[in-house]
Amino acid sequence: MAELTQSIALEGESALPKPETPLQEAWRIFKKDRLALSGLIVLVLLVMLAAAGKVLTEWVVVFDPATVRLPDKFLPPFSPVSPALIPAAHHPLGGVYLLGTDELGRDVFARMLQGSFVSLSIGFIAVGISVTIGIILGGLSGFYGNVKLGLVSVDTLIMRFTDIMLCFPTFFLILTVVALLPPSIYNIMIVIGLTSWMATARFVRAEFLALREQDFVVAAQALGLPESRIIFRHMVPNAIAPVLVSATIGVAGAILTESGLSFLGFGVQPPYATWGNILASGRGFIFDAPWLFFIPGLAIFLVVLAFNLVGEGLREALNPRLRNR
Amino acid sequence: MATGRTTQPPLVEIRNLKKYFPVRGGVFSRVSAWVKAVDAVSFTIQPRETFGLVGESGCGKTTVGRALLRLIEPTDGEVFFQGRDFCRFSAAQMRQARQQMQMIFQDPYSSLNPRMTVGAIIGEALKVHGLAQGAELDRQVSALLERVGLAATYRSRYPHEFSGGQRQRIGIARALALEPQFIVCDEPVSALDVSIQAQILNLLQDLQNDLGLSYLFISHDLNVVEYIADRVAVMYLGKLVEVAPVDELFRNPQHPYTLALMSANPVPDPTVRTQRTVLTGDVPSPLNPPSGCAFHTRCPQAMERCKTTPPPLVRSGQGTTEHNVWCHLYGEGATG
Repeated sequence: MAELTQSIALEGESALPKPETPLQEAWRIFKKDRLALSGLIVLVLLVMLAAAGKVLTEWVVVFDPATVRLPDKFLPPFSPVSPALIPAAHHPLGGVYLLGTDELGRDVFARMLQGSFVSLSIGFIAVGISVTIGIILGGLSGFYGNVKLGLVSVDTLIMRFTDIMLCFPTFFLILTVVALLPPSIYNIMIVIGLTSWMATARFVRAEFLALREQDFVVAAQALGLPESRIIFRHMVPNAIAPVLVSATIGVAGAILTESGLSFLGFGVQPPYATWGNILASGRGFIFDAPWLFFIPGLAIFLVVLAFNLVGEGLREALNPRLRNR
Repeated sequence: MATGRTTQPPLVEIRNLKKYFPVRGGVFSRVSAWVKAVDAVSFTIQPRETFGLVGESGCGKTTVGRALLRLIEPTDGEVFFQGRDFCRFSAAQMRQARQQMQMIFQDPYSSLNPRMTVGAIIGEALKVHGLAQGAELDRQVSALLERVGLAATYRSRYPHEFSGGQRQRIGIARALALEPQFIVCDEPVSALDVSIQAQILNLLQDLQNDLGLSYLFISHDLNVVEYIADRVAVMYLGKLVEVAPVDELFRNPQHPYTLALMSANPVPDPTVRTQRTVLTGDVPSPLNPPSGCAFHTRCPQAMERCKTTPPPLVRSGQGTTEHNVWCHLYGEGATG
C-alpha cells in the first residue's frame, strides 16, 4: 500500500504544472485584460510623475507653480516664453510653456504637477483610512458578531451604525464638516476617509461570515491556533480580494470628491494648486483660454478612468470562479 | 484492537451531550424554538478503537463530532478525555488539550486554506505551539507528507494544484502534525471516488496501527463503517438508537431503524434479492420531534407505548458482543 501510494505520488509530481502562487496566477489573468493593463500603466506613470512633481515644484525654481509672469498670461500650450519681458530666472524649462499659462501667467504644467501629487495622496490616504476602518468594523462584526453588549449584539450595533452612515448624503456631510474645520489637505483626507468606509465594512463582514463556516477555519480552531492568527492569517487574506477591488475604485471616488470640493472652493486653498482649483479658476475663461479648463478636466477623467479599469481588472483576476482560464 | 476493552479506562467518554440551536424570530430576535440537534448522547471510545457513527443526513452526526471537540460549545453534558472533563477547561487549557485531538473533514476543497502552501498548512500548528522551527520544522513537515503517501517536494505547492484524494491526505497530515491520540473523522471519504476511498481508508488504518490512534468515524455509508469500525453507533434525530460491536451489529441488528438502514444498503451482487424494509414518510423536523420514541412515526413495528414513552435502554451481551438498543420491542413487558 505504502509503495503504491508513493509511486502514485511520484508519478503525479511530473504531471503537475509548475507551481504558481495565487499572486502569479492573478497577475497572469490581469495581464490578459488590455484595458486594465493600460490603466495600470497610466497609474504607474502618474505615480512617478506625482513623486517627481512633488520634488520639482518644491525645490527647482523653473518648476515653481507660484511664479507670476503677468506679461505672459493666457498663453496657449507650447507657447515660447517672451524673453524680453520675463527675467531669465523665471523662464520655464526649455523656454516653452508646455501646457500654457493661466490668468496670472503661472505655468500650468508646473501647477498640474503640484496638483497631481495632491490628488493622488488624497486618494490613497483617504482610501487607506476608509479601508482600515472598514476592515476593523466589518471584521469585528463578522467574527465577534454574536457577542452581546447588554441588549444588542456587536453585529447589530456595528451594522446599524453603518446603515446610519450610509443614510447621509456623503458629499453634503463632507461640505458641512469642511466648512466647520480649517481648510487643510489633511482634514480633507480624514473627512473623505471617515465617510467612505461603509461599503468595505459590509464586504468584509459578509466575507467573514462565510469564511467562519469554512472547514479550514474550523481546522485552525481545532489546531488550537490563537484567534488573532485565525483572523489575520486565515480569514483576512481570503476576504481581501473584494476589498482591494472596492479600494481601487474608491481612490477614483476620493480624487473626484477632492476635485469637487476644490472646485467649490472648500478644498485645498490657493495658492496651492490642485486639479480641482485649477479647473475652478479656469471656469471663468472657458472661451478665451479653454486649455485652463480642459487640461485639469482631462487629467481627472483619465485618472478616474484608469483606477476604475484597474479595479475591474482586479475583480476579474481575483475572482476564484474565473480561475484556470 | 478490541482486546482488553473491559479493563482499560476509556480514552473519550461523553455523557448526556446536548446541543440545542436557538431559532430566532420576530422583531427583537427572540428565541422562538430550539432545534435539538444532539439530544442526550452518551458513548465511550477506547484507546486504539475506531468508533463508527452512522445515520442519515441531518441526524446530528457532525454536530456530535464538533461538540465533542468543543468547536461548537455543547449546550449541556460532559466530555471526558483521559478522565478529565474538558468542557470545564479555560481557553488556554483548551488550546493545550487540542493538541491531543484533531479532526479530518468531509470536503477536501474547503478544508485547506487556498492562500497557504501545503508546507505552511501542515507546519503551522507545530510553529505556533513552539514545537519545531527552521530546519527541524521542514524535516517534520517532509516526514508528515511522506507518512501520508505524498512527496516531500509538494511542500511549496498550493492546495488548488491537488486532486481530492491528495487534498484529503494533506488534511490528514495536518491533523497528525501535533501527534494527537484521537481524531474525529467527519465523513472523510464520502466526497471521494470509490477507488480513492479505499486508499484513504487503508491509510487511516495504517496510521492507527502505527501510531495507536483512536477514531470517531462519522459516516452515512454502512459499507465503509463495516470495513473500518470496531464498534458502531446508529443515530436518528439527535439520539442514539443502537450501539454494538461492528460484527454483532451487522449480524444481529435489533432496532427497526437499523434494520431499515441495512436493507437500504446496496449489496455489490446483482443476484441477491433482499427483503427491503422501505421507510415511508420523511424524517420529522428536529424542531418538533415526535413524542415518545422519535422513530415511532416511521417505524413499521410501532406500538401504542412508543407514541408516549421514551424507549428504555436495553443491554444484552458482554464484552465483544455488548449490545445496547433503545427500543420498546426489547424492553421489559415487551410483547414481541
